[in-house]
Amino acid sequence: MDSIVQIIYLITAFIIIVGLRKMSHPKTAKGGIKFAGWGMLIAILVTFMVPNIQGMVNISLIVAAMVLGTLIGWYSGKKVLMIHMPQMIAMYNGMGGGAASAIAAIELLRYQEASLTTRGLAIVGAIIGTISFSGSIIAFAKLQDLIKRVVVLPAHQWVNILITLAILACGVMILMAPTQILYLIAFYALLLLLGVTFTIPIGGANMPVVISLFNAMTGLAVGINGFVMNNASLIIAGTVVGASGTLLTQLMAKAMNKSVSSILFSPHPTGAQGSDTETTGSLKPIDVADAAVMMAYANKVIIVPGYGMAVAQAQHKIWELVQQLEHRGVTVKFAIHPVAGRMPGHMNVLLAEAGVPYDKLVDLDEINPEFSNTDVSLVIGANDVVNPQARTHPDSPIYGMPILDVTNGHNVLVIKRGQGKGFSGVENSLFTMDNTRMLYGDGQDVVNKLIQAVKTL
Amino acid sequence: MIDGSTIAYLYIVMLAAFTGYEIIKSVPVILHTPLMSGTNFVHGIILIGAMIALGQANNTTEQVLGFLAVLIATINVVGGYVVTERMLEMFKSEKTHG
Repeated sequence: MDSIVQIIYLITAFIIIVGLRKMSHPKTAKGGIKFAGWGMLIAILVTFMVPNIQGMVNISLIVAAMVLGTLIGWYSGKKVLMIHMPQMIAMYNGMGGGAASAIAAIELLRYQEASLTTRGLAIVGAIIGTISFSGSIIAFAKLQDLIKRVVVLPAHQWVNILITLAILACGVMILMAPTQILYLIAFYALLLLLGVTFTIPIGGANMPVVISLFNAMTGLAVGINGFVMNNASLIIAGTVVGASGTLLTQLMAKAMNKSVSSILFSPHPTGAQGSDTETTGSLKPIDVADAAVMMAYANKVIIVPGYGMAVAQAQHKIWELVQQLEHRGVTVKFAIHPVAGRMPGHMNVLLAEAGVPYDKLVDLDEINPEFSNTDVSLVIGANDVVNPQARTHPDSPIYGMPILDVTNGHNVLVIKRGQGKGFSGVENSLFTMDNTRMLYGDGQDVVNKLIQAVKTL
Repeated sequence: MIDGSTIAYLYIVMLAAFTGYEIIKSVPVILHTPLMSGTNFVHGIILIGAMIALGQANNTTEQVLGFLAVLIATINVVGGYVVTERMLEMFKSEKTHG
C-alpha cells in the first residue's frame, strides 16, 4: 500500500511542477493553477491511504479540521478585494509556516522515536516556519493598516541578535534535554517574538520583498519537514518554492535597487531625510476640461498607474477612459513599473480585474523608449517610480532605482490626492517641471470627470 | 548518519532547487504576484505532513497541535488556490476580449 501511495505522490509532484511551469506564461497561466490544483487534490486524497494514519478519533479530527479550513480558506479567498491581495497572500503564507512549525513541535515531542539528526532538522524547520508564521501576520497587519507605524526599538538589531542567541540556546537544550518541556515552550515563544521584532521595523514600501521572503522561508520549512517526516513530496514542493521564492525576492529587491539585506537589516525611518530644498519651480494645476482636450486630441497617451490608483479604486474608471480615448483613435498604453503598488505585478492584477487586456500593459524596459514620442503621459497615484531624483540626486534614498522616463513625454498630467510626498518621503521634481500639470483630487472622481469631459468633445 | 536514502533526498533537493529557479527565471513581471500566490499555494502541501502527523497522534497535546496544523494548512491550500485562480481568471488577451 505504501509503495502505491509513494508512486502517486511522485505523479502529483510532477503535475504540480508542470502546473507551476504553466503559471509562468500569461497564455497558459489560468490552466496552470487548475493543473496544480488537481495534483494537490490527488496528493491530499491519497494521504488518507497512508498506513500510519489510524484511529477513528484521529481520522475524524483530520476531516473536521479540513472541512473547517476549507470553509475559512474558501470564504476569505472569495471575499478579499483585489487591492488587499498582497496581505491575503501574506496571511495564507503565514498559515503554511504555522502548520510547518506545529508539525515540527509534534516531532520534537515524540523525541523517543526520532534520531538526533531528525530532531535537529525539526529544530531548524521550527525556527524557519515559526518566524514565517508570526512575521507574515505582522506583514498582514501592516498592509491592512492594523499597525500604522514603523516601530523601531532602541538598538533594534541588537535586540534581534539577543533573541536569536536565546533561541539557539533553547534549541540546543531541547536536543540535549528533550524531557524538559519548558525549553520547548520558551523556544517557541521566542520564535514568535522574533518574527514580530524582525518584521515590525520594516516600512510598508518594502513589505512585498518581505512577504516574498517569508513565502520562500515557508517553502524551505516545508522541505525540511519533508526530511523529518521522510516524505519526498514535501521535500520536492518545499524546495521548489524555497528556490523560486528566493529568486523572486532578489528580483523584487533589485527592481527597487536595494539589496535584500539592506531592506531587512537597515530599515531607515521614512521621511527622515531627503533633499526637498533642491526642487525648483512650482506645482501648476490644470482644469479637468483642459486635460480632457489634451488627451482626446493626442496621438499617443501612456498611463502610469501607482498605488494611489489602487487606493482610489480607480482602475475601472481608468479603463473606461482608455476605451473612450481609443474610440477617438488615440493609442493608449499602460506603463507598468515592477514595484508600482505593494507587490510586483500588483498593477497588472488590478488592471486585469477592471478588464484591461494584458497586452496593453507594458513593462519598464519596453515602454521607456516610447515616452519621447508620447503626447500625454497620465500619472495616476504613482510617485516614487516616476521621480527623476532617482537619476539625478545621489543623496536621495531612492537614488539608483530604475524609473519610468515620464519626463521625456511632451506633456505630463499628474492625478494626485494632495501635495504630499511619496512612500519614501522624497520630494518629486517631476511635479514641478515646466510641462507637468497637476489634477488634484480623488483618483476615481477625477477620472470620472475626465470621462465626462472627453464624452462632450 | 548519512545513509543512501538521505543522499537520494539531497539529490532531490538539488534538482528541485534548479527547477524552482528555472520556473521563476523566465517569468514576466505581470505574473509575479500570481506566481508568488501560486507558489504560496504549492507549499500548502504541508497539509499532507499535517495529516500524517495528526494521523499518528497518540495523546491530547499531539492531537491539538495536529488539529491546528491540519486546519491552518488547509486554509493555506484552499485560500491560496482560490486567490491565485481569481487573479489568473482576470488575465485575458485582446483577442479573447473581443
